[in-house]
Amino acid sequence: MNDIVIKAETLGKMYTIGHQGENGRYVALRDVLVQNARSFWSKTKDLAKGKPIIQGDTMEEVWALKDVCFEIHRGELVGIIGSNGAGKSTLLKILSRITEPSTGRVSIKGRVANLLEVGTGFHPELTGRENIYLNGTILGMTRAEIKRKFDEIVAFAETEKYLDTPVKRYSSGMYVRLAFAVAAHLEPEILVVDEVLSVGDIQFQKKCLGKMESVGKEGRTVLFVSHNLAAISNLCTRGIVLEKGAMAFDGEATRAIHYYTDAVVNSPKQDMEAPVADSDSVRFLSARIMDAGGAIVSSVGINNPFSIQMKFQVPKHIQGTLVPNCHFKTADGLYAFIVNAPDMKPLEPGIYTALCKVPGNLFNEGMYKVGLAVTEYRKTSLRVHFFATDFLTITVIDSVFDNPLRYGYGGPIPGVLRPYLEWTVDKTDMAQP
Amino acid sequence: MKNLFSTRSKESLLVIESGRTEKNYWADLWRYRELFVILAWRDLSVRYKQTIVGILWAIIRPFLTMVVFTVIFGRIAKLPSDGSAPYALMVFAAMLPWSLFSNALSESSISLISNANLISKVYFPRMIMPVATIVTAFVDFLISFVILIGMMIFYHFVPGWQLLLLPCFIIMALLASLGPGLWITALNVKYRDFRYVIPFVVQFGLYISPVGFSSKVVPEQWRLLYSLNPMVGVIDGFRWCILGGDSPIYGPGFLLGLAVIAFFLWLGVSRFRKMEKTFADII
Repeated sequence: MNDIVIKAETLGKMYTIGHQGENGRYVALRDVLVQNARSFWSKTKDLAKGKPIIQGDTMEEVWALKDVCFEIHRGELVGIIGSNGAGKSTLLKILSRITEPSTGRVSIKGRVANLLEVGTGFHPELTGRENIYLNGTILGMTRAEIKRKFDEIVAFAETEKYLDTPVKRYSSGMYVRLAFAVAAHLEPEILVVDEVLSVGDIQFQKKCLGKMESVGKEGRTVLFVSHNLAAISNLCTRGIVLEKGAMAFDGEATRAIHYYTDAVVNSPKQDMEAPVADSDSVRFLSARIMDAGGAIVSSVGINNPFSIQMKFQVPKHIQGTLVPNCHFKTADGLYAFIVNAPDMKPLEPGIYTALCKVPGNLFNEGMYKVGLAVTEYRKTSLRVHFFATDFLTITVIDSVFDNPLRYGYGGPIPGVLRPYLEWTVDKTDMAQP
Repeated sequence: MKNLFSTRSKESLLVIESGRTEKNYWADLWRYRELFVILAWRDLSVRYKQTIVGILWAIIRPFLTMVVFTVIFGRIAKLPSDGSAPYALMVFAAMLPWSLFSNALSESSISLISNANLISKVYFPRMIMPVATIVTAFVDFLISFVILIGMMIFYHFVPGWQLLLLPCFIIMALLASLGPGLWITALNVKYRDFRYVIPFVVQFGLYISPVGFSSKVVPEQWRLLYSLNPMVGVIDGFRWCILGGDSPIYGPGFLLGLAVIAFFLWLGVSRFRKMEKTFADII
């Protein structure tokens, strides 16, 4: 179980990018001609030598990936997190042999399959049946394998009726279903998934996630790159954070997400300005999350309280009762709960600051999104004055070591909430066995 | 480092490293043969989709060219045929290898850029791509071969034992197109200029190769120089096979043609392998 399937040692990838020089301050036709002639000459020279030609006259070396080392064991589900340009896709490209590293080496044991952007390799003129064979082979299945799984694939895609229709006549939904069905029946030892979940509707994304989960349970290794942190926290057991091409964090998945949200996403401050305004309704001004000491934070310890502060303006007299409320969602969009401010009286025009105090030991570890709203309750109806959906994020961090509930267990504990409840455990019977 | 990788099948261990020349490059190519077959099949089945006469194009094109060449070179310019063979038959015997060569060359030279999405998304030995497109050219060749048989029946022309050697010359034509094809498709990945070079080369080549006329028309002292064009040897070979002894092969020229083909094949393969690793980065 503990054997290593991927081992990367000081992996690096450098790209050379050419820039147009800045030295052309006096742009005369003669200079342009001279420059063009010169670059033409150097290009021909490079071409003759078989060297790659770089456009532009100054060159810059860009390391898309630098000094990356890790070991991945069989059956691990590894999420690779990082902002755009951090080198995630480059890493996957190296692992799936599409491109070659500039430095270092990777040893891979087993067949690697790359779950491409759905439908790459489909040919629009070919029928569904033909495309299953084409795409399957491109993804690395043998003909016999496809034949064996053909019925299964078709059933999964729910496109039996249109098997002999060219896929260009398919609806986009059918197209995506068929493409995913082929990819889902791949059985490699190592599955590499890059951002596929960004396409398709929610139902399809769920199907993808479900399939990947089962792949992981079968003991295969999955490497998963996504901006969807919720998907990573749900699926992956381990997370690697890349920052500007270097490894910034490697460890348990939720911890990696915490690291990433703290260091990268929320790096300036968790204090946001209001997005929209409306003339006759209550205006949302700003919101922030603060710890017990009043400092603005984006993450908080699991047993520490924090508070959500929301500023809003009541522009004129409003008939009903205005009630600020907070909507808590998990990172993957599941509603945890909504809380209203209790016992509100009608508010005069003016600027208000609402403070919602959240006790420690309420949420589970992980990332939560907080939506903010003010609702007006009238006798028979209600009106939402503003609703800033998922406006703030707070990451709850658990400490494995000094948590009395964990007893040293370091793994993830499922659930949306993890309250600290009163327990009594008493000996009620003296009987000996 | 105690036997990290020894628990499971040792042979599936893959090491990716910068500049690592793959020892098992050709074995890898063989391992991906199913992909090769399916890509060739895809190109074939897509080739004449959404056309009215479909596969007939493979017959119409060489046939019409043959008619035009026979009229211009045979009737108007009154060039001599090879021995007793009808002029049309002599032209068509050259038309076959020429269209095989030119189709294979032009298809393979754009094969990589027209499959850019695959190149940048999935690994396979890149050489599969241009070679697979050559298969489609070969199938076109087989179809137009039917015309040749029809013409032989029409002219009551019985070929000699030499016809049995035709496969050798088919392979020669394929290799002649593979070398430059590989080189140019690799160059095409970065410099799209070469996309415009090939149609020109093909058009040009039709006139400098002995397609519309017999290579005996070329003066004796220029014959060797003329044979630097690798298609001269191939076309002469085809004529020798199909028309029999009436059309003997010019020995030194033929060997020179073989050498040129071998050189281009070596050049194409080595350049291709050199550039192959960076295709995904620059396509």
